[in-house]
This record gives sequence, structure tokens and C-alpha cells, in this order.
Amino acid sequence: MGILEVKDVNKRFGGLKALTDVNLSVTENTVHAIIGPNGAGKSTLLNCLVGKLIPDTGSVMFDGHSVLGRKPFEINQMGISRVFQTPEIFGDLTVMENMMIPLFARRDGAYRLHAFRSVASEAELRERAEAMLEDVNMLDKRNMHSASMSRGDKRRLEMAMCLVQEPRLLLLDEPTAGMARADTNNTIDLLKEIKAKRDITMAIIEHDMHVVFSLADRITVLAQGTPLVEDVPENIKGHPKVQEAYLGEHA
Amino acid sequence: MFGLGKKDVTLFLIVAVMALFAPFILNPFPTDSGLAQFNAGYPDLMQRFVIFGILAIGFNILFGLTGYLSFGHAAFLGVGSYAAVWMFKLLSMNVLPAIVLSMVVSGLFAVVIGYVSLRRSGIYFSILTLAFAQMSYNLAYSVLTPVTNGETGLQITLDDPRVLGQSATADGGIPVTNLFGLEMRSFETLDIGPWAFQFSVGYYVAAVIMLISFYLAIRIFRSPFGMTLRAIRSNQNRLYYTGLNARPYTLAAFVISGMYAGLAGGLLACMDPLAGAERMQWTASGEVVLMTILGGAGTLIGPVLGAGFIKYFENIFSKINDQVVHGWVSFLPDGLEDFVVALIHPFVGKGWHLTLGLMFMLIVIFLPGGLVEGGQRIARRLRRRPAEEPAKSASTEPAE
Ligand SMILES: Nc1ncnc2c1ncn2[C@@H]1O[C@H](COP(=O)(O)OP(=O)(O)O)[C@@H](O)[C@H]1O
Ligand SMILES: [Mg+2]
Repeated sequence: MGILEVKDVNKRFGGLKALTDVNLSVTENTVHAIIGPNGAGKSTLLNCLVGKLIPDTGSVMFDGHSVLGRKPFEINQMGISRVFQTPEIFGDLTVMENMMIPLFARRDGAYRLHAFRSVASEAELRERAEAMLEDVNMLDKRNMHSASMSRGDKRRLEMAMCLVQEPRLLLLDEPTAGMARADTNNTIDLLKEIKAKRDITMAIIEHDMHVVFSLADRITVLAQGTPLVEDVPENIKGHPKVQEAYLGEHA
Repeated sequence: MFGLGKKDVTLFLIVAVMALFAPFILNPFPTDSGLAQFNAGYPDLMQRFVIFGILAIGFNILFGLTGYLSFGHAAFLGVGSYAAVWMFKLLSMNVLPAIVLSMVVSGLFAVVIGYVSLRRSGIYFSILTLAFAQMSYNLAYSVLTPVTNGETGLQITLDDPRVLGQSATADGGIPVTNLFGLEMRSFETLDIGPWAFQFSVGYYVAAVIMLISFYLAIRIFRSPFGMTLRAIRSNQNRLYYTGLNARPYTLAAFVISGMYAGLAGGLLACMDPLAGAERMQWTASGEVVLMTILGGAGTLIGPVLGAGFIKYFENIFSKINDQVVHGWVSFLPDGLEDFVVALIHPFVGKGWHLTLGLMFMLIVIFLPGGLVEGGQRIARRLRRRPAEEPAKSASTEPAE
């Protein structure tokens, strides 16, 4: 029984079947990659997990509780954090302030932030934020205005913001999309470091299978809204169905 | 100290000292001098400085932090005034219950208006708040006449019940607003040489309430709640996926700022116990937007400065008429004098709006951070100068 169980999920957009009978199980403390060509339904699937979309049929269970019908912030409070395809951070805030918001959200819950206690007095949370920044090599940037950082740093910061919440499941939507080769490698290295340092369950959506090869414990291949195969990376590479799915793609 | 950081304590103390010594600071010119008309240290105007300061401080909690631009805050100002005057009519002339009721009623109002308006953001939010304020204004004028006394405005009269006070004073006059006997309108004049300084009870009551409001605003700015309000402005999507629901926090900011506006309206009524619908007009809503942007939205001190700046213009600049200008340029030959006066004429007296508008445009274009940014730039330049001229400064100042 995985921490995330997707059962018989279907999702249509008008006449288009974006997801057809999707079943997926993510085991705790593993990295599970979901790969597939463009338009396979990867983002649609992820959006069904985080509360942005509701499947037409089927169920999505996280740690034994259904996430369907819950709002994104409620699902986050259940322990799922997500990284966006293009980094989403609080651009007007400093790096440190960006780190404090997820910590407040986790400690005080969705509705109970303090209105009079000073942020400066939160020594314990600040230490946690600094430790996390240290982990992603960003401690020296803690007082920087986050909007003025490079895209790679924004990606790092966004991951740190998610990780500092100690999520039980971290979802990443094409974390390397649109990145240059060097940035892609940096991001993958960062994810490997994160995986090595702590117990973490990750589900990574990725277009390019080579990116996740060295990182994933299991890979699910999605094509035209349906999972084709699920296996360990070594068996995925040469799989005829996978070759077929990616045929005609120049990637 | 008091739960504030060092910088904030300094800022608060500066504001406190300025507020407490305002009767001196705003009265720099001797009473008989030609410049006496530029003195702003009389009770009526000083009261307006701090009361509109409260309005702007509250507005800034919403606009400066969340970025939601309300164009209907005058509605809360008006509601606060009506509530306070009703308290004077029904209960007593003590300002305390009036202030409390004005905050409660405007807070309830803000819950309703905010709940509906916050379903939209950006320009649609602004339009919704504007619509609500105009609705309140029109209702106050017509349908709600029994509550608002329509065009005439709500006033206190000799036959008001005032169950805890008296309907009329012993000599048959209308009683005056007071704080446990201290009359708002009473003041002392201190004559020092050619100067006359006025210390009014009403001003000091309003100033102390302004300082409390300012202190609370600092606490909110520095809290997790305040930081989250800035995050709402920055990226609601990220906030939503970080486990926080923006809506209740935005509503809380809206209600708090509505209560600040109601408090300001209540205080206006405490100083002068009448309330009229024109206080709710959209121009009044626009004025607080100008104050906040002019001073520096999102900064702590900016709105207070902006409020003072605009109220000074409104009351002092508007009094400069052609005669006064003639007096200034009388040394010029006659023809030239008339020409110069004609040139200045559109900008002073009734034309003060034109001057204010031009200054507003200049500030928004060249100092988007408002007066506060202007001050920061000057401070930075002053600090940099010694470094640029090491030869001169090295001999007079130590390095650090
Ligand atoms: N909101 C939507 N409305 C209509 N069609 C959509 C919507 N989102 C995605 N689709 C369609 O569903 C299919 C799967 O899209 P998506 O999940 O974004 O694929 P991927 O992320 O794997 O590239 C595509 O054909 C896409 O055009
Ligand atoms: Mg996608």
C-alpha cells in the first residue's frame, strides 16, 4: 500500500480524454517518476493530486484519506507540497521571508497566523529556515530580494520552501523544463543530494526520461492519458512500448 | 522594547515626539509676522492631521500590504461618524462609547463589503468597493434619512435623550463632547514672546489614539500575518499551494482597515459632533488613496506624512489669495507684478487642487515610493557625500 494511491482516474476536457483509467501507487521513501511525451496528461494527473482539478471518476487517496474535493491549501496541510513548472516564489519578499511563510503555514495551520507576535522573535523557525537554506547552498543569499535572483536560484528556493515544510510527499512538475543542460544537471544533482540527506517521497513529472534515469526508483510511462508500463529504470529504457510512445518525438 | 525592533522603536518615538510637540513644531512663525498664515499649529487643523493620519495608516494595512486598492474607504469614515453622533444623541457626550461604537459598526460594515468585494481582485475589486461606497452615500442622502437626517446631516439637539448624560446643560445649551468631563474643544494658549501656542484637549486625545493606532500597525506589519499579507500581494498561487488560504487573511486586513477608517470618522464627530453624507463621497475615498501613495504605500510612516501633506495643502495653500501674492511680489514694477500674480493665480487659493495634482504626478513619476523614498534618497546622498570627498571629510570625521 503506497502513501499515494490513484485508482481508475478518468478526466475529460470536452471530447478529449486527457486521462483514461489511470492507476498509480507511490511507495513511501521512494522517488517515483512519471514520464511521457507532450500532451500525455502528466500535468493533468498532477493537477488532480493537488486539488486544482477534480477527476470525473476514480479516487485519489493520500495516506488513507481522499484528497478529492479538497482545496490546494488543504491538501498542502495534509502533507503534499508541490514545485511548479516555472518557479513560483514570493518575488517581493526576501529569501528568508520566503522560507518563513511555509514554516508559519505548517506550524500554525491554514487559519491561525499570529497578528501581533513579531516575526523577529521566531528564533526556532528561523534556525530551521537557515538550516534548510544551508542544505541547498543558499544561506549567503538569505537577505536577497528573491525576484532579482537567477532562475536556477529561484528553483532552489522553491524546493527549499517545499522541503522546509517536511512534506510527506513532494510533487515536482517538470522541474527542468526549459532549462539549459547545465541547469538541468544542477537541479538533478540537487534532488539527488536531497534524497541522500533525508527520507523523502517524491513524485516527479518529466518529459525527458534521461533526466530522471539516475534519480528515480520507479518510473511510470504515460501515453495518451494511460499508463503504459511501470518498472524500475533499467527495464524502462529498452521497453518496446516506451520506444513506441516516444516515436516521432525528437527528444 | 514593547515587542518592537530597535528601528521601529526609534520610528515610533520620532512620531510620538512629533505628535506631542506638534503645537510648537507646526507654529514656527510669530503671530504677527507675514508668514503666520503658514502656521498649522491650531487645534482644528492639527486634529485633522492626526485623524486623517489614522485613516491613512489603516488604509495602508490593506493597500500597502496586500495591494488591494479600495476605492470606498470613505464609506467607513462616514459610517463611523454617524455611529458616533448617534451615541452622542442616545447615550452621552462622552467620546469613549462613541469611538467604540464607530469602530464596531464600521467593522461590521467592512465584513459585509469586504466579503463581497474580495471575490474579485485588481480593478474589479476597486470598482466593487467604489460601488458600495456610492451606494452608501446615496442611501445616506435619501432612503436612510431617518438614520442620517439626509441632506442636513445628523446633528445633536436639545431634545436628544442622552440616557447616561443630560439632554441640555444647566443654562439650556447643547452639551459638548468630552472625555469624562474634559471638553474636546477646550484649549490653553501659551504665549512665548511673539508666539502663541495652542494646546487643545481634542488634539491630544486624537493624537494619543493615533499613536496607539500606529503602534498596532507596526505590530501587524512585523507579524507573520503582516508578512503573509505581503505574500498575498506577491503571489497568491504560491501561497495557496503553501497551505494558506488568502481569503480570510485579506478579509481580516480589509476589516481592520475599515475599523481604522471608522475610528477616524468617529473621531471627526468627537471633535465636531455632526455627520453628513458628503463624508462618504468618492472624492473622499480618492483622497486617502492619494495620501497613502504620496507618502509611500507599504511603508509605516508614509501614510502619516501623506495625510499631513495633503491636509496642509488643503487648509493652508487654499488660503493664499491674489492679495497675498501681490504682497509677496510688490517689489516688482506694476505691470510685471500683475503679470506674475496672474501667472501664480491658477495654482493658489481655490486652485490648490491644481498644485496638489501636479505634485502628485511628479512624485508618482519620479518618486514611486512617495515622500519616504524621497527622504531615503536624500539621506543616502548625505551619507555618500563624505565618502566621495575623502580629502575634506577625513580631517573632520572619523572613518566609521
Ligand atoms: N484545462 C484544459 N482544458 C482543455 N484541455 C486541456 C486542459 N488541460 C490539458 N488539456 C489537454 O489535455 C491533454 C493533456 O495535457 P497535459 O496534462 O498538459 O499534458 P502534459 O503535461 O503531459 O504535456 C492535452 O491534449 C491538453 O491539450
Ligand atoms: Mg505539462
